[in-house]
Amino acid sequence: MSAVSEIEKPKVSLLYNPKVRNLAYQLLLCGVIAVLVYGAVANAIENLRRAKIASGFGFWNQTAGFDISQSLIEYSSSTSTYGQAFWVGLCNTLVVAALGIVFATILGFIIGIARLSKNWLVARLAGGYVELIRNLPVLLQLLFWYNAVLKALPDVRESVVIGGGAFLNNRGLFVPQPIFHEGFGAVLAAFVLGVVGSIAFRIWARRRQERTGEQAPVLWVALGLIVGLPLLVFVLAGSPIEFSYPEKGRFGVRGGIELLPEMVALLFGLVIYTAAFIAEVVRAGILAVSHGQTEAAYSLGLRPGPTLRLIVLPQAMRVIIPPLTSQYLNLTKNSSLAVFVGYPDLVLVFAGTVLNQTGQAVEVIAITMLVYLTISLVTSLFMNWFNRRMALVER
Amino acid sequence: MKRILTTILCAAALGLAASTAIGQTLNTVKTRGVLNCGSNPGLAGFGQTDPQGNWNGLDVDFCRAIAAAIFDDPTKVKFAALTAKDRFTGLQSGEVDLLSRNTTWTISRDTALGLNFTSVFYYDGQGFIVRKALKVNSALELSDAAVCVGQGTTTELNLADYFRANKMKLKTVTFMTNDETVKAYEAGRCDAFTTDASGLYAERLRFANPNDHVVLPEIISKEPLSPAVRHGDDQWFDIVKWVHYAMLNAEELGVGQKNINEALASAIPDVKRLVGTEGNYGEQLGLTKDWAVRIIKHVGNYGEVFERNVGQGSPLKITRGLNNLWTKGGLQYAPPIR
Repeated sequence: MSAVSEIEKPKVSLLYNPKVRNLAYQLLLCGVIAVLVYGAVANAIENLRRAKIASGFGFWNQTAGFDISQSLIEYSSSTSTYGQAFWVGLCNTLVVAALGIVFATILGFIIGIARLSKNWLVARLAGGYVELIRNLPVLLQLLFWYNAVLKALPDVRESVVIGGGAFLNNRGLFVPQPIFHEGFGAVLAAFVLGVVGSIAFRIWARRRQERTGEQAPVLWVALGLIVGLPLLVFVLAGSPIEFSYPEKGRFGVRGGIELLPEMVALLFGLVIYTAAFIAEVVRAGILAVSHGQTEAAYSLGLRPGPTLRLIVLPQAMRVIIPPLTSQYLNLTKNSSLAVFVGYPDLVLVFAGTVLNQTGQAVEVIAITMLVYLTISLVTSLFMNWFNRRMALVER
Repeated sequence: MKRILTTILCAAALGLAASTAIGQTLNTVKTRGVLNCGSNPGLAGFGQTDPQGNWNGLDVDFCRAIAAAIFDDPTKVKFAALTAKDRFTGLQSGEVDLLSRNTTWTISRDTALGLNFTSVFYYDGQGFIVRKALKVNSALELSDAAVCVGQGTTTELNLADYFRANKMKLKTVTFMTNDETVKAYEAGRCDAFTTDASGLYAERLRFANPNDHVVLPEIISKEPLSPAVRHGDDQWFDIVKWVHYAMLNAEELGVGQKNINEALASAIPDVKRLVGTEGNYGEQLGLTKDWAVRIIKHVGNYGEVFERNVGQGSPLKITRGLNNLWTKGGLQYAPPIR
């Protein structure tokens, strides 16, 4: 430090050196924060000890003993631990967040583009949707959807039979569960081959178009490769699949794959709510692209569809992606409202039941916060990467 | 960002500090001039608010009895509505001085949660309610049924245990609050709703057609419902415990709201000790000599409180059963005041 001040202005006292002062203030602030954090943590630990409240993470491997209505991974109330309950809750949160993000993006783009449509009715409908949905609290909407879903669906003993052995009632949607036999691997292999083949064909078609200007029917070839090829193999292998059909039992429906009304309501609520915001983001992004671009495309003879797809959207994406990221984060965080409709997400299972059974609020809430932080940061990182990539491709 | 974090940590630490810095709960309550009591947000007969916003119920009256013993005024209670999920954190953090909200006494809650349960104020057990139309006569027929249950309760655990022990398949639907659970059952989301039997009778009254629902005969668990206080304040623990015992002893001795003035002139030694005309037991507790008189005068003895809130004097019409005095074939038994 003295070396720095000597080089710069040897006559100025250290006390008046702005760099030294700045550093001193920073150090002081860090020190104060460190003391406060230490004090808070030490105080909490001491108080927990004095109140004889159990602490530590020993509960993680204890048997949970409660049931969870939806688990994607192996879970049973008799043998599974609180740790496994945590993973079940986390998976449920991730599933609803991932599905929500996909559907909200699709719906949001449709609404956003529709709002700019030249068709008066379509534009007004989209505008009305956005104004109505984004001005109502999301919790209210979730409760509305849950009650709407429950009330609208028939009682379990009057299940609606949908084609193909599926049932719909107020306990959820029950669809046949596929059971794969030997030989199904070949179908999967055919599918993978189809996807790879389609990508290769697309690359070849694009190169040829750049060279000669000729377009190839990419869509039809891809459809044939991805759907047709596996179908052919499937038939040749002698249909190596069987379905376990749901059947009516004394209490509703048993067997098959079950989609809980809680999950449907939560997804509906989150998707419809977030889509309204995404629509506005998309609209802003499209409007940010100068109209000259569209006119230029039209003057080159491009029709409105390709103009939007090839000229406007790629440029709009640069504006869209950063705010889109925050909408994704909002959706993920809002999924914790699942507790109000009884969907077993991380907050309901872990920060709810596990917290209450173990009484270890500090540990459980800390873990839950850490999980949401991690999910959000990972989403952000991915979107930042995607943003950089879009920007590069754009230029 | 850092500043926010620090603030949060400080707040968290201070919140926890408040819980144990109290130590002398009685003094804090006296200085504050009001008792903070954790109550059920809404369970008919036990803890609920009427349309005017007044709290009433069995658990509520217990808090009033404690306030009466301390302040000679049963209205000096501030009730905090705590859900099953939040109740323990509310007590641990010092938000309330005691929890009087149909909470089951278990070993893990008594130890690891840092709480002390005082005495069993109501002996209960877990049951099921189903629609009559289902024609179910026993809980053992409920395999594959969807069961609605409140979150963070012993009920949730007993339910899983019972179905496992009887090799039945269970589908639970869990909700955060009692109201949501009951609403989901009514909407037909579940075949059965399970909670403590007392709760089943209370909730049945709120259904659109109470007669369409039937409570199954099985009681699948022991649910000793007890008030709870924090670890580390023996005096407060004693007070809460003995307010209950005073109410029981009063009933046993036949001292009630109506004849409390006669009891003050009584020559029976047991009654004299209860009403404080002999000995200074109230002062030993940190209260006044006439502590029990205050309780009985303002709130009543155990039997009166029971009948008024959940018994024959209420819409619930629950019989005393296990909650009768030990002299009448029940389990309510209080150590003597001497």
